Amino acid sequence: MELSGSEIIIQFLKDEGIEYLFGYPGGAVLHIYDALQKQDDVKHILVRHEQGATHAADGYARATGKPGVCLVTSGPGATNAVTGIATAYMDSIPLVVLTGQVPSHAIGSDAFQEVDAVGVTRPCVKHNFLVKDLDKLAETLKKAFYVATTGRPGPVVVDIPKDITAPHIKIPYHYPDKVEMRSYNPNLKGHPRQIKRAVELLLGAKRPVIYTGGGVIMDDASQELRDFVRKLGYPITQTLMGLGAYPGTDPLFLGMLGMHGTYEANMAMHECDVLLCIGARFDDRITGVTSKFCPYAQIIHVDIDPASISKTINVDIPIVGGAKQVLTEMLKLLDRSESKVDQSAVDAWWKTIKAWQAQDSFAYEKKDGVIQPQEAIEELYKVTGGDAYITSDVGQHQMYAAQFYHFDEPRRWINSGGLGTMGFGLPAAMGVKLAFPDKEVACVTGEGSIQMCIQELSTCLQYNTPVKIINLNNRYLGMVRQWQEFFYEKRYSHVYMDSLPDFVKLAEAYGHVGIRVDDPKDLHDAMQEAFKLKDRTVFVDIITDQEANVYPMISAGKAHNEMDISPLQQAKQASLKAKGELV
Amino acid sequence: MRHIISLLVENEAGALSRISGLFSARGYNIESLTVATTEDQTLSRMTIITTGSDRIIEQITKQLNKLVDVVKLQDITEGNFIEREMMFVKVKAEGDTQRGEVKRLCDIFRARIIDVTDTTFCIELTGSGDKLNAYIRALHENNIVEVVRSGSMGILRGEKALTL
Repeated sequence: MELSGSEIIIQFLKDEGIEYLFGYPGGAVLHIYDALQKQDDVKHILVRHEQGATHAADGYARATGKPGVCLVTSGPGATNAVTGIATAYMDSIPLVVLTGQVPSHAIGSDAFQEVDAVGVTRPCVKHNFLVKDLDKLAETLKKAFYVATTGRPGPVVVDIPKDITAPHIKIPYHYPDKVEMRSYNPNLKGHPRQIKRAVELLLGAKRPVIYTGGGVIMDDASQELRDFVRKLGYPITQTLMGLGAYPGTDPLFLGMLGMHGTYEANMAMHECDVLLCIGARFDDRITGVTSKFCPYAQIIHVDIDPASISKTINVDIPIVGGAKQVLTEMLKLLDRSESKVDQSAVDAWWKTIKAWQAQDSFAYEKKDGVIQPQEAIEELYKVTGGDAYITSDVGQHQMYAAQFYHFDEPRRWINSGGLGTMGFGLPAAMGVKLAFPDKEVACVTGEGSIQMCIQELSTCLQYNTPVKIINLNNRYLGMVRQWQEFFYEKRYSHVYMDSLPDFVKLAEAYGHVGIRVDDPKDLHDAMQEAFKLKDRTVFVDIITDQEANVYPMISAGKAHNEMDISPLQQAKQASLKAKGELV
Repeated sequence: MRHIISLLVENEAGALSRISGLFSARGYNIESLTVATTEDQTLSRMTIITTGSDRIIEQITKQLNKLVDVVKLQDITEGNFIEREMMFVKVKAEGDTQRGEVKRLCDIFRARIIDVTDTTFCIELTGSGDKLNAYIRALHENNIVEVVRSGSMGILRGEKALTL
């Protein structure tokens, strides 16, 4: 089959099984768009800004496990995509971004819409390519997908000069079934002796904790994790990126850990004697101050990326390997091992944990006439039966969603954890809805974040992706305000969002439904009404308490056992102490 | 601690900037970096001299290994190694006394004069970084016109080698 460069790109995407291409046309990709228009296997979603394309592809990838694919033009098309590429990079999401480039002969001449896309994206991609030769195009595309989806996944950029895609130059095309790269061979299988040592250490633990992250979800190892944790009966906590791998409503689950994690999860981290970490990277939002991190624990770390091991925290038993394979091996060894769980010690450990749990660190006070952000998420959880795909933006609402929506399944909680990209939620929700049109998809956001990619409301209408936008509107950039309250003596510097648009009218202007609710009494009905409108995108503007804070909180320089706790929990602690039930 | 990291990398455009970019992005030190192709035209051999604690050096080698263009890597300071650097020095050489003095110094350091004018000598010298430093110190500072150093190369002694 003789094809032009543009036709090769489209045919390759078909052969690779790509369903959606999120993109935005421009001069350098005109040939590709012409080829795209002549077929309907690969469906193109025309976003309103290239950042939206990358986030939508990212949301699609997180929800499905398949790579997300974008097509943008040169220059501003490429630079607009950078935020989305960096977002995917920080969270290890498989993304392939095709960027148009000026023709080969014009590269370096400061041509119209020229930018060194390979150079600009280099620090935030797993790898990138500039296609210099039409003969190498198909092979390069295959390499891009291979690198993006294997090992520790990540975004890959392929920069394609316009002349490579010229319609009149045709060459033979064969889909490259596989590709070999001598310099890239990810190792999935953990070292057997290390795995054995890890299992023995775990079985001898008196105060064990299992802490897992996004790596378990990426590697589709949720079932193995569940089997493993249940067999041991040990407490488990998960990072923001890991929620859903282990069921959020399971009694062994301590809730999320870290800066805004539960009291019990953080206290358990501090007091544990053996810590098993799988597919997480001891991020600063998890560890608190590293010098006081898990002071009594021997640490086992399973990660597919050797560079993640002993990067910030020194570990005792490192295991380089994929979560699924290592967990499978560990399960086999558990069955075979002659050592048994120290049940009396673990029972005593659970008793200690239960006492921490009894303090109810997420408790908040409901008020007449003012909606608390937490109750909005609780209502969302109720109305959707806990079964929706939830995307979020970044800030207080993101933490409330992580705390109060209990994810029982992996790939349901979709948020920008590493980079913390405001504007991620709405386009990501669009990508998820395209992947799962029959599922409920809600974007939990705030009046700050939503305005960073609000233009995608227009895309939602064009492609009929009826998502629900749950806007926790406190008229403040809430998380920044919270820090200014705590650490800058309430000097609220430039966090008040004056002159906000009327979101209901705005939603209507975009052709959607807008609902405003400002009284707790009306919250349930509003939420129900939104989800009843199955085939409409609904913007639920929820006016919430302006100065609600996210608790607990580990401040900078503090350890897991030095959390700032809510006034309600402080009162509870005092009453438990008075009764002699708390030492 | 000072470490010499030897790498085999794909001989492709951009490989060098990926590596130097990694050092600047993560705040690692580079004392010197040399690179050229090997007998296999698809591969470049790179020598990076860097300093850092054991933990930083471990991260540097891991992060370098993670780059898709890096085929193989070794911290040769962990073994028995040879290190050499090359230097050109252009010095003022006017009048018999000064020219004679420069030549004597070349003999002592086993340096070679590779270019001569009425007023200057260009000298080539190979050795460890310390030897090169000593030579520069031995010259009168006022007589040095320019100094060009290659940065260090390293190789393991014995049969061990960094090959595919």
